[in-house]
Amino acid sequence: MELSEEKLLKMYQDMIEIREFERKVDYFISHGDITGTTHLYIGEEAIAVGAINAAEEKDYISSTHRGHGHSIAKGVNIKEMMAELFGKTTGSCKGKGGSLHIVDSDTNNLGANGIVGGGIPIAVGAALAAKMQENGEVILCFFSDGAMNQGAFHEAVNMASVWDLPVVFICENNQYGMSTSVEKAFNIQDLSARAKAYNIPGVKIDGNKIMEVYEVVQEAVERARQDGGPSLIVAETYRWKGHSKSDAKVYRTKEEEKAWKERDPIAQFEEELKAQGILDEQKIEDIREEIDEKVEAAVKFAQESPFPDKEDIYDDVYVDGEVEL
Amino acid sequence: MREITGRQAVNEALREEMERDENVFLIGEDIGIYGGAFGVTNGLLDKFGEKRVRDTPISEAGIAGAAVGASLMGMRPVAEMMFMDFITIASDQIINQGAKIHYMFGGQMNAPFVLRMPAGAAAAGAQHTQSLEALLYHIPGLKVVMPSTPYDLKGLLKTSIRDDNPVMFIEHKKGYGEKGEVPEEEYTIPFGQADIKREGEDLTIIATSHMVFKALKAAEELAKQGIDAEVLDPRTLVPLDMESIVKSVSKTGRAVVVHEAHRRGGIGGDIVARIVDSEAFYYLETPIKRITGPNTPVPFSPVLESEFIPSEEKIIKGVLDILD
Repeated sequence: MELSEEKLLKMYQDMIEIREFERKVDYFISHGDITGTTHLYIGEEAIAVGAINAAEEKDYISSTHRGHGHSIAKGVNIKEMMAELFGKTTGSCKGKGGSLHIVDSDTNNLGANGIVGGGIPIAVGAALAAKMQENGEVILCFFSDGAMNQGAFHEAVNMASVWDLPVVFICENNQYGMSTSVEKAFNIQDLSARAKAYNIPGVKIDGNKIMEVYEVVQEAVERARQDGGPSLIVAETYRWKGHSKSDAKVYRTKEEEKAWKERDPIAQFEEELKAQGILDEQKIEDIREEIDEKVEAAVKFAQESPFPDKEDIYDDVYVDGEVEL
Repeated sequence: MREITGRQAVNEALREEMERDENVFLIGEDIGIYGGAFGVTNGLLDKFGEKRVRDTPISEAGIAGAAVGASLMGMRPVAEMMFMDFITIASDQIINQGAKIHYMFGGQMNAPFVLRMPAGAAAAGAQHTQSLEALLYHIPGLKVVMPSTPYDLKGLLKTSIRDDNPVMFIEHKKGYGEKGEVPEEEYTIPFGQADIKREGEDLTIIATSHMVFKALKAAEELAKQGIDAEVLDPRTLVPLDMESIVKSVSKTGRAVVVHEAHRRGGIGGDIVARIVDSEAFYYLETPIKRITGPNTPVPFSPVLESEFIPSEEKIIKGVLDILD
């Protein structure tokens, strides 16, 4: 597949940006500047970046609790996202949502979701609207292996299939739902086999190879756009960090972690781009420096932003009118 | 003025709103060729076609989620839960998703969908008869509408469809057959305006949904005994027109709250608390009484079911108890 150098570099930059953003979040959450918990996307960058770049700007995404990567790939303002994680009033959700509810209507991002699988029926509803409005928009619906065992997955995928809706279901199989491995949670090896039950195309891919993600998603997006209905793509990957802040990772081995880290999606893409003469050491350094600065600026913005006023608790419960006290 | 049934009133509201706004569409189980389990959507498939009157698989979470998702994209979905009991299956989409989208997203998005749902005991046992309004009333972000008469059903459904928030529209199965005056011409009813269905001086009966009809009959019986009851129908529970309730109770000095739902955790308890929290407290001459369904599932046998549903007699007895 021939992609412009500019686009390939943008994809590389997006991956670096996700990883650096997440590293900062990891730092600030362990130091208590960010309260609560968060779910980091480190190790899975190729999926969000490959898939979202394979679609068009006008297309929509629905995201998950592990959603920072999707938002960055879709073009969120990372200052606002970081400020949201810090609970600041300048955040994406004015400090009301936090990590689990990052959303960005400006970039057609229907939002992260705190409920595993909760975004799948919503994505299907959005796809139903796109079909009714005949606007050629496609919805990329991200979820995890864990979500595939929710009833909502079955209901929503079946509806999308019955109605030929323009939605691409992208499962990020990072091998664990919290501590429970896919081996324990499924009695099938290839999760994409479930597509057969809905009579839609299903394919398992290497989610750490960005060009593979790109190609497969692009084909699915175009099929959806041409009224060819939904697809299920299961991208095999691994989350380098624990499920969330409190996770001691006792359920997996260091050897397993090491083996997956050797298949680092960023390193793999970097090698490819170097081989193509698009990247060299100097350019990599420049890009990393530029992104460091961007992420640092986001942190500075978040740190310097004010917290919401206490009275803001009552805002935005309803579109109109006040909350009954 | 012409009289139509509650069923026809809902049907007319849907039809008129679909004619007014091409973004309004219906989605639910057996609402198309079958016309809905209670015949409410009869004829709408013929008029608007399968695209806008969309039959679904039996997938309540999927239906509610489709309504949420489509509403985020500028559509105005009106989803039907065949029975209100089935909101339990769709509860993630209603409670965790739809209700909270505007708030947790900091106002960036809103979900203007309507979920219609028939409630109430009607000879169907424990899983097809519940009045679960208190569950919905508890959840910030939802508006909860629970009309009684055909006039209110029509006017409030039209307002619900035009509202920019998720609206839970609770219809009573027995209300579908009730007849009432409904004008031919267009009208809507604002949320948060209770309706005094009968004016009176001696006490206020606050009744919801189908209990309004029972309360009105009870009031007529009480009138024969020289007791002049005011019957107030809140019509919308969220927002609740406390101003009218406080005004009425302050005038009469006595209140009885009637709903079909179970007593424990029912909205009656909250209405009483809100009366007690208000200036109406100083006008109270007697305790406030709740006449409700018991804290049991709804039983099947006609004998047991009629024991469950608050009757005219029970309302009269409750009123006489506080007047003694």
